[in-house]
Amino acid sequence: MMLTELLPQVLPLALLGALFGLDVVSFPQAMFSRPIVSATLAGALVGEPGRGLVAGVVLELFALETLPFGASRYPEWGSAGVVGGALYALRTDANAGALALSVCAALATAAVGGWSMVQHRRLIARWAAGMRQELTQGSVNAVNALQLRGLTADFVRGGVLTAVALLVLVPLSRAVLGIWTTDASPSRAVVVTLAGAVAAAAMWKVTHTTKGAPWFLLGGLAVGASLLMVT
Amino acid sequence: MIFLRLFAVQGAYNYETMLGNGIAFAVEPALRLLPGGVGGPAYRAAIARQGGYFNAHPYLASVAVGALARAELSMEPPERIERFRTACCGPLGSVGDRLVWAGWLPACSLFALTAFGFGATPTAVVLLFLLSYNAGHLALRAWGLRVGYRDGLRVAPALGAPLLRQGPAQLARAVAFVGGIALPLAVRGVVGPARGALAAVLVCATLGAVALARLHGRVEGWRLAVVGLTAFILFSAVR
Repeated sequence: MMLTELLPQVLPLALLGALFGLDVVSFPQAMFSRPIVSATLAGALVGEPGRGLVAGVVLELFALETLPFGASRYPEWGSAGVVGGALYALRTDANAGALALSVCAALATAAVGGWSMVQHRRLIARWAAGMRQELTQGSVNAVNALQLRGLTADFVRGGVLTAVALLVLVPLSRAVLGIWTTDASPSRAVVVTLAGAVAAAAMWKVTHTTKGAPWFLLGGLAVGASLLMVT
Repeated sequence: MIFLRLFAVQGAYNYETMLGNGIAFAVEPALRLLPGGVGGPAYRAAIARQGGYFNAHPYLASVAVGALARAELSMEPPERIERFRTACCGPLGSVGDRLVWAGWLPACSLFALTAFGFGATPTAVVLLFLLSYNAGHLALRAWGLRVGYRDGLRVAPALGAPLLRQGPAQLARAVAFVGGIALPLAVRGVVGPARGALAAVLVCATLGAVALARLHGRVEGWRLAVVGLTAFILFSAVR
């Protein structure tokens, strides 16, 4: 596929990735950046919200493990959700490996996004060091300028990340899906097994230190299993 | 004005001053009321003070912003303000992390996953998540700013409010219960209704979860999943 064919599809998605990348930390942290939202909206943008939601659900299961505690390093799910949701939504021919490829691509994007957030924070620290004199003298212009630079850089970071990821991964996924050999059912099963395992372990990690919580987890699982039987 | 600026409190987040610049940005509208007005010595000294190192949970930073605005307008001694800034970083960080990141966020996420498992439309799932999450998010920011401004540097007792003291544990139990319901339903929603495949996935996922839990955080599951998925993709493409 030619770059000129891809660009009209990629640009609106890059804008979405920029907005959701900004939401992760900088503004407004309303969790539009959670994959269940970002992937679904990316799917909607390419006309397949249902497929976006499926990719978003799988990514959300992974994201339950990586909650943004303090200054810890974590994957960036805003742009990654857009990449995963769009890649899966763009394959409307029900290709067997589309979900596996889309999720893997989104996880890789999330990892790169996490690294890019660290670089963004270092960049702001360098800017702040360059403005130290004004900041220590109480210049409100310096405070506002640093704030604006940080927000703008984060917006650009998310947009560029999404655009580059899609420009690389759309053709790559088409090439790989062209030679895909595993059937649809086991392909989905592998992806969901991994996501389910990560999510269940994350639930345990978050709750097991709270008195009584493991029993609540077991109770919930019993209810969940019952619902599987009757619905 | 201050409330709106709180949404960008991490706009210049960095590893040197953390939220410091964002605190100065958020509290600045209140500082305009200081004697001498914008650009006066008191205003500039307060801006410089508030731009220093500060770290807390971004939502509960509203408590600090409210308290610091009140303290500056009350002309509290700078050393008292500095001591308060240092003292409240830890509690506002740890309470916020447990209440929001480990409690409210996964709870809302799991509610949305449950809705997906019951076949809700994409719009319904997204709205359920965003509306429920942000109801708590906005309420917490608004409460923090109000309590902080009301109590000033004596805001510490407010951090002992039942919601902040017992909320994290109650939310952890809710997360555990809803998680137990949501995970099998969400898995079925993706795998489809075929019982054989679903049973196999649930058994394998449970075994995988036990293995990951036994690793006690020595490795992140999503990173292992990238390796596993990449291997599976290579296998499916080249065999």
